[in-house]
Amino acid sequence: MNKTVNPNELKPADDVGPLYAARKKVYPQSVSGTFRRIKWTLMAVCLGVYYFLPFVRWNRGLGAPSQAVLIDLPNSRFYFFFIELWPQEVYYFTGLLIVAAVALFLMNSVGGRIWCGYLCPQTVWTDLFYAVERLIEGDRRERMKKDASSDPMKLERISEIVLKHSIWLMIAWWTGGAWVLYFNDAPTLVKELVTFQAPMIAYIWIGILTTTTYLLAGFMREQVCTYMCPWPRIQAALTDEWALNVTYRYDRGEKRTSVKKAAELRALGQQVGDCVDCYQCVAVCPTGIDIRNGPQMECIQCGLCIDACDNVMTKIGRPKRLIGYDNDINIHRRQEGKAPIYRIVRARTIVYSAIIAAVGGIMIYTLATRSLLDVNVLHDRNPVAVKLSDGSIRNAYTVRLLNKSGYDRAIAIDVEGPVNPMMHVVGVDSATPDRPIIVIPRDSTSELRLLVTAPAENNSEKSIPVRFHVMDIGLGVAASATDNFVVP
Amino acid sequence: MTDHSSDIDSVSGKSTTGHEWDGIKELNTPLPRWWVITFYLTIVWAIGYWIVYPAWPLIQNNTTGLFGYSSRADVAVELANLEKIRGDKMAALGTASLADIEKDPALLALARAKGKTVFGDNCAPCHGTGATGSKGYPNLNDDEWLWGGTLDQIMQTIQFGVRSGHAKTHEGQMLAFGKDGVLKGDEIVTVANYVRSLSGLSTRNGYDAAKGQKIFAENCAACHGDAGKGNQEMGAPDLTDKIWLYGSDEASLIETIGQGRAGVMPAWEGRLDPATIKAMAVYVHSLGGGK
Repeated sequence: MNKTVNPNELKPADDVGPLYAARKKVYPQSVSGTFRRIKWTLMAVCLGVYYFLPFVRWNRGLGAPSQAVLIDLPNSRFYFFFIELWPQEVYYFTGLLIVAAVALFLMNSVGGRIWCGYLCPQTVWTDLFYAVERLIEGDRRERMKKDASSDPMKLERISEIVLKHSIWLMIAWWTGGAWVLYFNDAPTLVKELVTFQAPMIAYIWIGILTTTTYLLAGFMREQVCTYMCPWPRIQAALTDEWALNVTYRYDRGEKRTSVKKAAELRALGQQVGDCVDCYQCVAVCPTGIDIRNGPQMECIQCGLCIDACDNVMTKIGRPKRLIGYDNDINIHRRQEGKAPIYRIVRARTIVYSAIIAAVGGIMIYTLATRSLLDVNVLHDRNPVAVKLSDGSIRNAYTVRLLNKSGYDRAIAIDVEGPVNPMMHVVGVDSATPDRPIIVIPRDSTSELRLLVTAPAENNSEKSIPVRFHVMDIGLGVAASATDNFVVP
Repeated sequence: MTDHSSDIDSVSGKSTTGHEWDGIKELNTPLPRWWVITFYLTIVWAIGYWIVYPAWPLIQNNTTGLFGYSSRADVAVELANLEKIRGDKMAALGTASLADIEKDPALLALARAKGKTVFGDNCAPCHGTGATGSKGYPNLNDDEWLWGGTLDQIMQTIQFGVRSGHAKTHEGQMLAFGKDGVLKGDEIVTVANYVRSLSGLSTRNGYDAAKGQKIFAENCAACHGDAGKGNQEMGAPDLTDKIWLYGSDEASLIETIGQGRAGVMPAWEGRLDPATIKAMAVYVHSLGGGK
């Protein structure tokens, strides 16, 4: 039976308190070296491309946009230098996404999280924001001290904080500003933005991108990589034992001792590890981890710990690359006294490269050979066929001609299928009634109402396959579409 | 009401409502305060709503509210806005000539879209949704036009109708030769067979072609022409072709000749605005290209 419990004896539940560990703020220390230089260079290239690409001009002739890269949503066109895509060619983007995904896999199987460490916008902007922070508030120790200080803020400290956030917001605003330039003629839009004449949607998007950049790069930082991004998990599932990752070579590093003690022990001819436990690799890490704990999900493999460790090793006169791009196989080989081996070319890298080459090849081929003239035909549904006064049969079609080129075209239409067909295009007085000629302005489509008449004699089948040939009479380029000619 | 605080349940230490059933007491667990406040707020809100919006049904109508809001008026405003947006384009339809509308792809598309909608609303009951017509109602997709198939002629027919009673309507009718006693029964049969022979249809055995031709020349040729080619001025159809509004079999022809035909098409001027009538003329002309 149920026992009566005195309410005073009830204990409070154990689950009081937060379910998640609070974030420990990361204060990465500045570092110099090979990988830092690579990161600065890539940051300059990535941001340079992002911020200035909209201003690159490309001459497409009068009346066409002169912006090299433009997503023209109102007119549903995408321009990329010499390429112009229509909405129905969106499959090129599918191809691009496949190539991008497999390229990510390939990078991963060759050199780990190259994308995360050097190229991802989250990394690039966070790095930039850290640089601003460092410039204004000082390096790791100073920032930690300032944040931990409980003294009332002085004017100098307040102005530092205000300055930092102002610069962050300006960068963030510029990021949003550059984003909208991809959707409109950049110089015009800049003028409109400055004079507050730009459409509201532009300001809204700048606002959104400003907010996300400011929050993601200024505050959320490594948490985006650790908690929000799916790629660390996917990466962990995709990697293999041959992939090179930023690795602490524990075969060389252990056992850790102090510099002094290591020297003493070495003098005695004892085996000592190179790691002197200086924690420089931890101090420079933008995700706040210790690489010596082995491969970790949080590690974005930016290589800064390699630089930090190399600097220390140089100072204490030990060989560089105690931390470096390596894998477990080689650590074990070294422990066994064998030479390390590196296998860049292996089944998965070959397969990934082959997929990239195949998809890329198909895209380039289809792009190079795609027709800039196309035709679609739709048969009238009601009535499907009309009997005329002389007994002949007429079918009506809606024909849409697509001229994707940058010049007007004179198009001749031919019909093939019924015996002795006659054609009439509504609204067009053609000098050649059996072969109407239509002019389609460049970069546009024309919808025509096309009537095909054929005598009842010799056309006795209920449904005759019909093919419409359209040809640019100036250039000889042709396209065709099929439908049926219905006889009642 | 019992004073809740006075009666405390010994087990839970909470006050009770004071109600007791067979020794069992109910703990006093009032609704959360936020809930009660929200509830009262919704009542206040409802009263405000009654005052500013239409709410209470009366015998004839309903209370209109301080704002005078009406969803019907909203629709009217939206429709007016739509008209305003379309204004420029429809104005272009109103000013351009029929031939120019058909030659301008943008105007043609607009006229066809507009014309199709209006046709569906106004013309389809007789002519069919595909304008294919039926017995007595002409097919507008073909190349036989009783009153002419040019853009202007089609427009005129739509504007003023056929035997519609409008001052400018198309007049002229197929007389009831039998009913009015102009032709006798056997004469009607003879001339009906003659008419069939004009378009190469079979004739009944023993039919007198010469007599048929004579009757036709005396009675029919005035409107349909000596050769039976018809006359668009009078709406007299071509009797030599393959299109028959009322049927080409002998019985149908005898009925047509004996009792006459006088189909009516209403005049649309005044019921539809001029731009709409133009759009419809272009639409009808574009169906089969007119003639």
